[in-house]
Amino acid sequence: MMTTTNIEYVKKKGVFAGFLTVLSAMISRSSGLLGLTLVAFHISLAIVSPAITPYDFKDVNAQIILNAPSYEHLFGTDSLGRDVLTRTMLGGRQALLVTTIATILAITWGGFLGVLLGLVGGRLDEFLMRIVDAFLCLPWILVLLLIVVMVGSDPGVLIATLGFFYGIPVIRVARAATHDVVAQDFVTAARARGESRSTIVWRELAPNVLDVLLVEGAMRWSWMLLAFSSLSFLGFGISPPTPDWGMMISNSLSIMSLAPWTALAPVVALSSLIIGINLSADALAKAVGIDRAQKAPI
Amino acid sequence: MREALVQVKNLGIGFTSQAKLALPILRNIDLQIREGETIGLVGESGCGKSTLALAMMGYLKSGLRVLEGESLFRGCNVFDMDKQTLEGIRGGELALIPQNAGQSLTPSARIGRQIDESVKLHTDFSKKERHDRVIDLLLQVRLPQPQELLKRYPHELSGGQQQRVAIAMALAGEPDVLLLDEPTTGLDVTTQAHILELLRDLATETGTAMVYVSHDLGAIARVSDRIVVMYAGEFVLEGSAHQVLKRPAHPYARGLLLSIPRLKEAVVPASMPGLPPPPGGAGQGCAFADRCPMTEQLCRDKRPVLEPTAVQELVRCHFPERVEQLPLPESPKRRDRSNLDELNNILRFDNVAITYAKPSIVDQILNRQPDVTPTVDKIDLTIYRGETVGLVGESGSGKSTILRAIAGLLPPQSGTITYDGTKSLNTSVGEREKDLLRSIQLIFQNPDASLNPRHTVAEILAQPLRLYFGLSGDELRERCVTLLEQVRLRPDYLERLPSQLSGGEKQRVAVARAFAAEPELVLCDEVTSALDVSVQAAVLHLLTQLQVNHGTTYIFVSHDLAVVRALADRVAVLYQGRLCEMGPSENVYRSPSHPYTEVLLGAVLEPDPDAEPVLAAEDAVDLFPPAKGCPFHRRCPRHIGDICDNETPPWQPTGLGHAIRCHIPLGELRDMQYQSATTH
Repeated sequence: MMTTTNIEYVKKKGVFAGFLTVLSAMISRSSGLLGLTLVAFHISLAIVSPAITPYDFKDVNAQIILNAPSYEHLFGTDSLGRDVLTRTMLGGRQALLVTTIATILAITWGGFLGVLLGLVGGRLDEFLMRIVDAFLCLPWILVLLLIVVMVGSDPGVLIATLGFFYGIPVIRVARAATHDVVAQDFVTAARARGESRSTIVWRELAPNVLDVLLVEGAMRWSWMLLAFSSLSFLGFGISPPTPDWGMMISNSLSIMSLAPWTALAPVVALSSLIIGINLSADALAKAVGIDRAQKAPI
Repeated sequence: MREALVQVKNLGIGFTSQAKLALPILRNIDLQIREGETIGLVGESGCGKSTLALAMMGYLKSGLRVLEGESLFRGCNVFDMDKQTLEGIRGGELALIPQNAGQSLTPSARIGRQIDESVKLHTDFSKKERHDRVIDLLLQVRLPQPQELLKRYPHELSGGQQQRVAIAMALAGEPDVLLLDEPTTGLDVTTQAHILELLRDLATETGTAMVYVSHDLGAIARVSDRIVVMYAGEFVLEGSAHQVLKRPAHPYARGLLLSIPRLKEAVVPASMPGLPPPPGGAGQGCAFADRCPMTEQLCRDKRPVLEPTAVQELVRCHFPERVEQLPLPESPKRRDRSNLDELNNILRFDNVAITYAKPSIVDQILNRQPDVTPTVDKIDLTIYRGETVGLVGESGSGKSTILRAIAGLLPPQSGTITYDGTKSLNTSVGEREKDLLRSIQLIFQNPDASLNPRHTVAEILAQPLRLYFGLSGDELRERCVTLLEQVRLRPDYLERLPSQLSGGEKQRVAVARAFAAEPELVLCDEVTSALDVSVQAAVLHLLTQLQVNHGTTYIFVSHDLAVVRALADRVAVLYQGRLCEMGPSENVYRSPSHPYTEVLLGAVLEPDPDAEPVLAAEDAVDLFPPAKGCPFHRRCPRHIGDICDNETPPWQPTGLGHAIRCHIPLGELRDMQYQSATTH
């Protein structure tokens, strides 16, 4: 069946217009719209929250310890009498900052190495891929803990560690995507034409691998957020008193039955962000056509 | 009159567009299939053939719905049936054989188990009985050594064998109706001819009714009693195979027939300009009006109805009686061969061998060549400037390998390839000078794979222009527009992506990209075998025209001798990477020919209900070339004894640059071939 319906006239597209096309394809699905809205909400909240929080996040008040939600404290107060709403609004800032930079780092180095190995092949590829396999066998949370204990937990260390470990699976994905593309006739055509290696990589390969990497990046982002929060939950993340969701959940563990609101707000915040990212990643995959199984024949 | 098994009544199927309009893919379909009858459904891609075949099984692709009418199986509407009833009918009474059998078999299960599963589904046999049934089925589809085959995995079978297994699975439920969706498209001509013969035999043996869907009237002609021609989702012609093929009463059917290349004459088949309209784009008049050579105002205003003619055909045309008087469309003139300079050779092969085997570490250390029989061996060939040489052979015969060597993608193992008398082509791409790279260009089989899906047409055409001529800006854009004009595409195509083009348009862009380099030698690798016949004719036209204008030399690779006939001045026949026959095409297509050429010629399908293909040899190609003797000795229908197995046959010249590599003396060969031609 020829897909006659998508034969339409299009004007010359710039990068921006291409971005808009993908974006509009993403929000044309309700799940994509929901995901993007959640992500956009969290990002804007992270940016403006210091200016709009009702209280100071460090304000300790012994008189209002573990108060239930009320008009003054919409989400209640915690065991030190701090406003939960304020701390939740601020609690995603570190997580978002660290994981966003770490994701970009992971995609960049993992993607670069993966494409390179996919192109070069041969013994170097074999050798490095076995190392990658070995790394993938490691229980990552233990390794992360070890590094944080040894080097400390300031944001720079977290970015580097997360970026490194989450880049490893990206190598696999990028290498596989490269193999798929390199076998295609258009790459053979470019080789037969005598195009230089860099032209082949940048013009022929990159546009086709980039989609895969983008989607992979979105997935990795949500995983990394989870990992970051897990670290804080275990007490190895951002140091107090900076508010963080993982830490907030951890602190409220023992008083959960007494004051469930202390855990509820950060849990909702964290899961809505992760769900938002996952939905967006899904919509992105469909918009750029990686998720072929979902593509209707017409 | 026999009872109709399948009855399609005024069926309309379509989808709802984004603008909430119901766009039909099928309109007003009425069809009856009676027991034991074979019906051919023919039309170009996008005419709704497959949709109709699937609808008969009650299956609609996602997004499609029934707009009107019904499809009855034994009197019950398949669209009203519940899931269980449908599942019982599918496979058991109505079975489908898909186009790509290799993809429809599970790669990880043995053949025996896969067929056994279908038997289990439709019978309550014991394990032993099922095993016997599976063996029976494999024998029924003429697969040799079924006991052996049971244990194989799909990837261990050839394309033709896979298709046979798919047929065996479809037969497992002893269906009343077999639906065949392009079952031979993409197979070699020889394999296709064998599969078609098998289907014919099965139809008579089992009395199964068949619906054969194809874009190729040649294939349809072999198997059908009745032919239905579809265009833009409606029937335009329905009649007996004989009538439709001999005297088509609809201009579209006539156009399809004329676009098939024939063995008899060395002309480029006539092409039909244009494309079928998109769903809902047919307007109020005749859907074919835009492409019809005899359109009048009436055709644009009023949609013709399907009406019977005097000879019991149904035709959807206002003027069916005029079709026969239509003048034959003009064929483009091929480049005149008489003024070719036979001294001016552009490419010369001297004893060339090519191998894919890479030396292992041990071989590298000892600095020796690996001891494997090369994929391509002992090629001596000279190609003159401005001519078209056809390289013919089945898949695995090394045709593409030779092209890869010329293009520098796989330098030969030994021997020399010389370009333009002096330049060595024994180098890889990286070692060649830019001008040499420019003068040799490749066009690939499948334009879907050879055009980068992320690049617009403008970007695709700009690449060679930037690389070889350093063009940029307005100059570059103007040149792109000129190139598009040369391949007869409008300038607004520049901003389209390959996914927004039809198959034929994509191949035109690929041709334009090759010609952007202003090449002297163009290597065409099966450039038409992924295309519909009508589109194939158009691409052949284009190539002929470009050759006349630019004086380009072509090496045209194909498995279909009829297509090569349309274009080639000289033909080289290859089997397993060894040359069998070489000469001017008029000699190659005439007796005496090499037994392998004879096999290929016999397998070509002519859209003539009276023509019988001659299946002289098995269709299974050997996996490896033999170490000694004639490469064809294992399949040769004229095998004469040990000499064929042990000694490389000599070149026997017949004069006029034509030679055959065979042990049989030419006179004897000619007599043998004359005799078999008269008996068939």
